[in-house]
Amino acid sequence: MLRLPNFHYHVPESLAEAVRIKKDLGPLAMFVAGGTDLYPKMKRRQQEPHHVVQIGHLEELQGVRRLDDGSCRIGAGITLTTLAGDTTLKRDYPALAEAAHLVASPQLRNVGTLGGNLCLDTRCNYYDQTYEWRKGISFCLKKDGDTCWVARSSPKCLAVTSTDTAPVAIALAAEIELVSTRGDRTVPAGDFYSNDGIRYLTKDPDELVTGIRLPPPNGWRSSYVKLRRRGTFDFPVLGIAAWIRRGDGGTDAPVEEARIVLGAVFSEPVLAPEAADALIGRPLSTETISDAADAMYKLAKPMDNTDFLLSWRKEMVKPYTKKALEKLIG
Amino acid sequence: MSEYRVIGKPLRKVDATDKVLGKTLFADDLIKPRMLFCKLLRSHIPHGTVGKVDIGPALAMPGVIAGLIGEDLPTTFGILPISQDEHALALDKVRFVGDPIAAIVAEDEETAEAAIHLIQAELEPLDSISSIDQAIRTPEPRIHDYGAYGNIHKLVNLEFGDVEEGFAEADHVREDMVFFEGNTHLPIEQHASLADWSPDGKLTLWSSTQTPHYVHKALARVLGMPAARIRVIACPNGGGFGGKSDPFNHEIVVAELARRTGRPVKITLTREEVFYCHRGRHPILMRVKSGVKKDGSITGMHFQSLLDGGGYGSYGVASTFYSGALQTVTYNIKRYKFDGARMFTNKPPCGPKRGHGTPQPRHALEVHLDKIAEDLHLDPAEMRLNNLVPPDSVTANYLKVGTMGLGKCIEKVIEGSGWKEKHRKMPHGRGIGIACSSYLSGAGLPIYWNSMPHSGVMLKLDRGGGVAVFCGSIDIGQGSDSVLAYVVAEVLGIDPFDIRVVTADTDLTPVDLGSYSSRVTLMSGNAALQAAEKARELLAQAAAEKLEVPSGEIVFADGRVFWASDPEKGMSFAKAVVAAESKFGTIGTVGSYTPPRSPGQYKGAGVGPSPAYSYSAAIAEVDVDPETGIVSARKIWIGHDIGQSINPMLVIGQVEGGVYMGLGEALMEEMAYRDRVNIVHKTPSMLDYKSPTTHEMCEVETYLVEDPDPNGPFGAKEVGQGPLLPTIPAIANAVYDAVGVRIDEVPITPEKVLRAIRAKEKGKDPRIGPTKFPEPEWSEPLVVPPPWEGGDGKPVEKKEVAG
Repeated sequence: MLRLPNFHYHVPESLAEAVRIKKDLGPLAMFVAGGTDLYPKMKRRQQEPHHVVQIGHLEELQGVRRLDDGSCRIGAGITLTTLAGDTTLKRDYPALAEAAHLVASPQLRNVGTLGGNLCLDTRCNYYDQTYEWRKGISFCLKKDGDTCWVARSSPKCLAVTSTDTAPVAIALAAEIELVSTRGDRTVPAGDFYSNDGIRYLTKDPDELVTGIRLPPPNGWRSSYVKLRRRGTFDFPVLGIAAWIRRGDGGTDAPVEEARIVLGAVFSEPVLAPEAADALIGRPLSTETISDAADAMYKLAKPMDNTDFLLSWRKEMVKPYTKKALEKLIG
Repeated sequence: MSEYRVIGKPLRKVDATDKVLGKTLFADDLIKPRMLFCKLLRSHIPHGTVGKVDIGPALAMPGVIAGLIGEDLPTTFGILPISQDEHALALDKVRFVGDPIAAIVAEDEETAEAAIHLIQAELEPLDSISSIDQAIRTPEPRIHDYGAYGNIHKLVNLEFGDVEEGFAEADHVREDMVFFEGNTHLPIEQHASLADWSPDGKLTLWSSTQTPHYVHKALARVLGMPAARIRVIACPNGGGFGGKSDPFNHEIVVAELARRTGRPVKITLTREEVFYCHRGRHPILMRVKSGVKKDGSITGMHFQSLLDGGGYGSYGVASTFYSGALQTVTYNIKRYKFDGARMFTNKPPCGPKRGHGTPQPRHALEVHLDKIAEDLHLDPAEMRLNNLVPPDSVTANYLKVGTMGLGKCIEKVIEGSGWKEKHRKMPHGRGIGIACSSYLSGAGLPIYWNSMPHSGVMLKLDRGGGVAVFCGSIDIGQGSDSVLAYVVAEVLGIDPFDIRVVTADTDLTPVDLGSYSSRVTLMSGNAALQAAEKARELLAQAAAEKLEVPSGEIVFADGRVFWASDPEKGMSFAKAVVAAESKFGTIGTVGSYTPPRSPGQYKGAGVGPSPAYSYSAAIAEVDVDPETGIVSARKIWIGHDIGQSINPMLVIGQVEGGVYMGLGEALMEEMAYRDRVNIVHKTPSMLDYKSPTTHEMCEVETYLVEDPDPNGPFGAKEVGQGPLLPTIPAIANAVYDAVGVRIDEVPITPEKVLRAIRAKEKGKDPRIGPTKFPEPEWSEPLVVPPPWEGGDGKPVEKKEVAG
């Protein structure tokens, strides 16, 4: 059977100790909470940390807390099951709860965490293979090799972002909390990702995601839809997160502000201002939704690195954008 | 039927409690003191010659105990006597990515894993072949130096009557081409084996195998040991589906390593390695041409199959014959011609998967018939009903059909599904389709030529009333242990849960050829029936003597043995055993089963005959989203002619399991390879090889048609494989009914459906499927006139055609 390699396992007593261990050990160490992403990748030798630092138990990473300004703080260590089932979150941030609910399978959501999903390694079916398999193709740019087999001329890795929660976090304009030995800071979720399959996070490697902050639920609406082969278990081959704020005047009021995010196509979830522009200033209708879907379609350039044919994945951007936006009508 | 006390009752399985409690020991659960762990180094190239393989650096690693290379096990093996083309470890060549080259055994699995990376293997790449078309076009280099010619492994050309005459006689002639992609078994349990060597020179192998008898033979051959010194114990299989029916290289390797080290050696394959063992569904490109009368009766059919065999023979020769054999047992076909060719390609070998070689041609045939019905403006269900093969008849290719309940199956599903109100009458996007099929209840001939029984059972009766059943069959989850207990319990009038079932141990149990070919219930069931009847006779004689009544009037029921005329006059079953043992000595009986001879006497007539054929009819209702092409099954109604249910709950379980597997093959499963960088399996994992989950499974309504077959135990026929077959074409035909597009290629993925819908919208041909049929150099067909043309099952010289 496929076995984990040997590694040192650290269980720090505090957040400070956790980030200090990581700082001291550098690239040899990785953080782990649920381990649903890291451990299988260690078995396949895609990730080869000598030290694994457990953070799931740290107090700073727990809980869902309402702040005085009406915003909400969610600990990065809460499980996706908790996130998907939390009644406050389901009421105030239904798109996020829905995205969490759509991750993997119940067993994996029971241990997988929000932080883990936000930081989920980019995926590619030339990369998500065992060491032996990858050796058969002389490895790839993302790990141990020097060619991106998805597009041989590509100077950068094209592995695809496969997180369900990140597109929603970006659509909601969430802030990501980061802690390191140098202190803490927050970055907008939209600035947290980078369109590079290897360096897909903009944070410093030693920074730890401790939680996210969501803006107050004051009248805007949001949704998330996911395309995958099966009704469970699978990573997205397309994810659309949508967020709109209408003016006064009920459901027929013009859209004042919108954010639509394309997930699982590029190496990062991509905010699509062209799609938002198609909505802004007009009431949400079949026509405006169709225009926004066209804009999303133009933007999407999937590569041959996930399930399904890339031409079909691109085709699906239109109906799935429509699905996401139709949820916001009424 | 109601007189049975056990047969036909929905009893639990005899191994259910252990399975539910997690107490069943599968091969990987076995742990022995001083056990070592084995890992295999596998080829990273799809085709090449093997030079020097140096395991020295690996052997030098602390914790490594021993290693093997191809030269250590030079004898070939293979499941079929005619294709002994495998080596335990590559000797001269590697033939696919994943072909094993060397083995290392170490104190722990991590060390063995690390050590295989230190092996220096010189491999010289050769040009590789990844498709049927390429195999036909590329005779050199040959992947094997045997076979028909070039990279064609096997050619089969059979002609039963003049099909051209049939086409001339027809009102309508239609030709279709269909491609069925390969897919794999995907059992939950990965293959695992444990070998132990005793100081007195005996070998024991525990393995997750469906065929301990064939593994036994292969071990004796390759290890050069007397079979008498080898014991093979098949552990309960966590799913087989045909994927554990070949003797495997890893089984031989751990056996040899146990011999060399004198220590127990275990191997458990990774999921990826299971994909490399494969032996699953052959990709087949098919062309079928039929001549039909206005009423849909078939005047002639020409069926051609091109099989992508992968790197080794496996069951492939049988698969090739099977892809042309069972077309004839459902509908009357007056003249029938079959051409089959199997290619060697540089991919994991294909072999038997549930339905072995028949789901692909069945799919092509049933889709073809759906199109013919539309051409003729006939209801496809009615057309099938009107052209059924009659019971107790012989087909054009000399298959002897006994009981035949397909008509009843079709009637059941037509009624249950509301077919008449739905077909061609539902809104755009919703459709309904029908298909039928048949399958063997065990092959009529064994894999290696012999005239011994196919299944044997021994019974041992204990003075305390205990009954032990010994049989070589292995329970792969289908319930064969339970069937043995039910059959014996019925005959002896005892509780099946009091019976001890000992199976699949070559030292302890008489041979059963294995859990493949849907043969176990019929064959070991018949053997058990015979053994139990013999025991019953002994007990009846002894009890009758004690009771002073005629032995012919003794009844066995409810754990008692008594006089039919006065049930008070009797004794407990245990007392009857004591009486019998007092009279006759130790009570042990045997039973065995050999299938009847079949009428076909031409070369190739050995593939297709069966003591009894099961029949299935399925109707599928689907939704097709015209915007995405996504197909979802709403419900499947399936009628299955089981002959007689030994246990209807297990029968329905098998029907539903077959439907589930068929659904996956129809809609998503495929053994996809990349051949750009290297011929590598695209998705060798349970996450990325897409198989349906409970979310994709639809409701299934099962109708059991019971018409006991004289050749089955209590009339039972098979159910393990048959119900998969109609599911796939029923879905394809339903997709057509829903959106008017033909996807003549399995799996029917959303990409293909959407492409066809878009083509239809633009007024183009709304069909996705093969358009070219590469022709190998066929051989002269063997001509066998069908029975109604005066044939006797033997081939004749083909008559010269003037001009």
